[in-house]
Amino acid sequence: MALPGARARSWAAAARMAQRRRHAQGAGESPSLAPRSQRAALYVHWPYCEKRCCYCNFNKYIPRGVEEAAMRSCLVTEAQTLLRLSGVRRVESVFFGGGTPSLASPRTVAAVLEAVAQATCLPADSEVTLEVNPTSAPGSRLAAFGAAGVNRLSIGLQSLDDTELRLLGRTHSASNALRTLAEARHLFPGRVSVDLMLGLPAQQVGPWLGQLRELLRHCDDHISLYQLSLERGTTLFTQVQQNALPAPDPEIAAEMYQEGRAVLREAGFRQYEVSNFARNGALSTHNWTYWQCGQYLGVGPGAHGRFMPQGAGGYIREARIQTLEPDNWMKEVMLCGHGTRKRVPLGELELLEEVLAMGLRTDVGITHQHWQQFEPQLTLWDVFGASTEVKVLREQGFLLLDHRGLRCSWEGLAVLDSLLLILLPQLQEAWQQRTPSPVPGG
Amino acid sequence: MWTLAGRGWWRGRALAASATGAAHRGLPGPHLMPSGGSAAECRAPDRLCSSADRKEKIDMSGFPVENIRNFSIIAHVDHGKSTLADRLLELTGTIDKTKNNRQVLDKLQVERERGITVKAQTASLFYNYEGKQYLLNLIDTPGHVDFSYEVSRSLSACQGVLLVVDANEGIQAQTVANFFLAFEAQLSVIPVINKIDLKNADPERVEKQIEKVFDIPSDECIKISAKLGINVESVLQAVIERIPPPKVHRKNPLRALVFDSTFDQYRGVIANVALFDGVVSQGDKIASAHTHKTYEVNEIGILNPNEQQTHKLYAGQVGYLIAGMKDVTEAQIGDTLYLHKQPVEPLPGFKSAKPMVFAGMYPVDQSEYNNLKSALEKLTLNDSSVTVHRDSSLALGAGWRLGFLGLLHMDVFNQRLEQEYNASVILTTPTVPYKAVLSSAKLIKEYREKEITIINPAQFPDKSKVKEYLEPVVLGTIITPDEYTGKIMMLCQARRAVETDMMFIDQNRVMLKYLFPLNEIVVDFYDSLKSLSSGYASFDYEDAGYQTAELVKMDILLNGNIVEELVTVVHKDKAHSVGKAICERLKDSLPRQLFEIAIQAAIGSKIIARETVKAYRKNVLAKCYGGDITRKMKLLKRQAEGKKKLRKVGNVEVPKDAFIKVLKTQSNK
Repeated sequence: MALPGARARSWAAAARMAQRRRHAQGAGESPSLAPRSQRAALYVHWPYCEKRCCYCNFNKYIPRGVEEAAMRSCLVTEAQTLLRLSGVRRVESVFFGGGTPSLASPRTVAAVLEAVAQATCLPADSEVTLEVNPTSAPGSRLAAFGAAGVNRLSIGLQSLDDTELRLLGRTHSASNALRTLAEARHLFPGRVSVDLMLGLPAQQVGPWLGQLRELLRHCDDHISLYQLSLERGTTLFTQVQQNALPAPDPEIAAEMYQEGRAVLREAGFRQYEVSNFARNGALSTHNWTYWQCGQYLGVGPGAHGRFMPQGAGGYIREARIQTLEPDNWMKEVMLCGHGTRKRVPLGELELLEEVLAMGLRTDVGITHQHWQQFEPQLTLWDVFGASTEVKVLREQGFLLLDHRGLRCSWEGLAVLDSLLLILLPQLQEAWQQRTPSPVPGG
Repeated sequence: MWTLAGRGWWRGRALAASATGAAHRGLPGPHLMPSGGSAAECRAPDRLCSSADRKEKIDMSGFPVENIRNFSIIAHVDHGKSTLADRLLELTGTIDKTKNNRQVLDKLQVERERGITVKAQTASLFYNYEGKQYLLNLIDTPGHVDFSYEVSRSLSACQGVLLVVDANEGIQAQTVANFFLAFEAQLSVIPVINKIDLKNADPERVEKQIEKVFDIPSDECIKISAKLGINVESVLQAVIERIPPPKVHRKNPLRALVFDSTFDQYRGVIANVALFDGVVSQGDKIASAHTHKTYEVNEIGILNPNEQQTHKLYAGQVGYLIAGMKDVTEAQIGDTLYLHKQPVEPLPGFKSAKPMVFAGMYPVDQSEYNNLKSALEKLTLNDSSVTVHRDSSLALGAGWRLGFLGLLHMDVFNQRLEQEYNASVILTTPTVPYKAVLSSAKLIKEYREKEITIINPAQFPDKSKVKEYLEPVVLGTIITPDEYTGKIMMLCQARRAVETDMMFIDQNRVMLKYLFPLNEIVVDFYDSLKSLSSGYASFDYEDAGYQTAELVKMDILLNGNIVEELVTVVHKDKAHSVGKAICERLKDSLPRQLFEIAIQAAIGSKIIARETVKAYRKNVLAKCYGGDITRKMKLLKRQAEGKKKLRKVGNVEVPKDAFIKVLKTQSNK
């Protein structure tokens, strides 16, 4: 499987061949050949955008001119350094996010993928996703990304209403978006995702459901529904504060979410996570890794990672954040090979808390087997079986605890953050009361 | 009582006078010469000095009773009481005229806003008139009828008052209240129309008002400008001519009235006393008629206006006394002091302080409890009229239930706590002491009395065991330009007040008298009145006993469970509006939960108001990927931690904020 360095340049071609084979497989159950600690997902952050969107408070920059060669070289260097530090033997997915990574040249994407393939095993059927902004991605360019090794696209479509798109400060129109979507599906059949936002100021349930139904006539096998959250420091936030726009109504957003879930279910989509829907098994394996608390490396300015630095002799998983600002990040990468700004070791309990909070976002929830990989001593029954508060949640139909594991019901998933306020303290309590046991391996 | 401003101020000025060598002026006549040493070097530089340092003592025996006048100055706020006092002190040489003696007494913001004056300092003035040396004792009174009891005790040591009225503003509510207190005490009232120098002054109109409202012939009014010193001398002459000397007997055993007391952390309690009979000397053994405790007199003297030691004080005279009392409650206002083993009939009218307004006080943060406790202790050292009981609330933690004489007393206390001790407190909505006349024999036996006072709503006895409920009422006086009369009458009616009198005091000013249930004015009445009259109406009130009232106990329920902290006693007619307001405030401050929350106000089993907090339909972070996990976990843990501190009523979690929003004093908008 592992490609020798000399043949790395042809990795993209081999990957394209493998694509069809893999297509039939479901995500989340991919066979594990290496131990968990030697596998990881890789996130690559491209920090630049053409224009600031009104709702986005992400780590992104509007540059006058990007020195792409320098950026490319730093992304490659940092990927190499972090792969070495982690001791990871196998990268199971790569995700190019941003910013607007579709503004980067396909050469940069290729360079990173080649560097990964040289340093470690990057199976040919690994999911390689690129976030795409409709206006920056004509069909020819998408094809070039495909040639560089990208095999999945996530299109930031956001809305099919031009007024809403202008409100959001997007540079594209609804027809731009649909054209990009059609071209993407042509190039990456069954491997295209679209984002649709809900809960915008003044947005009503009926028209929004109309957009969703229209989208269903055009879309591929993956949709993400995101409720707008007003973030401090964004133009939209200020406009709402100053009453220039009506505040989004949480009741209406909740209704859109519920109706939208139902519509997608009828259309054959599986809601495999709070905001993510897939049919024909087109789940995102990369994102699945986050919710299953797998290891991931974060490369690029402000990228987050979570891995055990085994290559440097570490045996505790760390939460890592890279330097935010691109110029500073580049200087650090050139100086020390990486721009890691913050490293926080995760305690055993902390990791379990993440397993709980992330796992319950998925439809399968936390299986007993999954839990046991992180905590062999204390079972889910031990932690949650006897709690009266949890019992009430189960009786109210928000939560299920059975032979499969712990998971949210359809209703429970929509109010998960409220459930976690009961579950997390329960986990802490059970953890404190556990009988001390020898340190478990792994 | 809050004497700090007054005392500190005069003490400071007297020091300045003494430094310039002018201190002698106040001590004319041979019998007033210091008994040893020279006054200039022996004058006590500060009241903190121990008495042993002061050798000089004044002999007070030379003042026959017929040459003594005891009087007080009473006025509405800002009508010039303090400025007039300044001029009288200057004229009699008590303080230096060259100093810029501007009245600076009303220091607290609340005093200016709410129409209270800090009581003036008691001072003994020496004045030579038509060849005779007079001792004129200016006796302080607190400036507001919250302290009507204290005022009445101070007035009982006087034979006359100067009633100061602003030549521009005319009679105001407090002028009326003060006049009647003096009138009831059968004192000679000398009307003084002040500020005649002002451009808009209309002393003739004020004369007519005085004649109409108080039935005092207009030619008895003295027109002055205290600020410019115009005609002030004639005020002193009127004091001598129109006020009778005290009717006292030096030969009888000692009988002294305590009319004020303050606490000094080095010397203990300093009691201000007026002698009705007998003589008191340093070293005498004295006793309190109220507590029966005995003390030895360490120090006595007159206030000039700073303390000036004397050998003795004689019947008819006024001064201070220090006798090893450790706590102001040992020298309660109105108490009678007598010589040990020579008990006398106590002076009439003594009452212990009776709180009329109660409020819970809690630290904003429980870790501040001890700091707040020590601040409270320090403040109450000087104010025995505040009652303090420890209390605790499931929602607000440990705190106190404080009883105040009235609203302004409460405001002043709270403001001093904040300003002087930097204490940040939650003060709950004030309540009044209701009463219940019991009918149940069992309860009567239990309480050992037929009529009980209900301070805590939790103790409210059921209607079936009660003959009737009573609520405290006050007689309110409102004086307003007549264009606001209509609005004010509507306000009063909305507050369940009954009109008892209405008269024009001149062509465009109306005096209204209403009997108010006290609880209707405890929260925001004054502010409402001021705002609907553009600040022109003045208001004052006096205690008017109790009246029968249809009171009910109102519960607040969350999903059917009673919230103990929010049980309220309310008049039947107000139950719906009060219940609705509480439910609405709760609705605004209760966070959504996984289920619907019914907020209800109920009287017994009858629901009178309801609000609903809908269940959460969606509460989950939309985007949660690699870069969001740290932030999300931090937020969840903080929320989970906060949730532990919430008070649970049944299955409903109630944040402290929600209780504060409901319980805290707030005015209706």
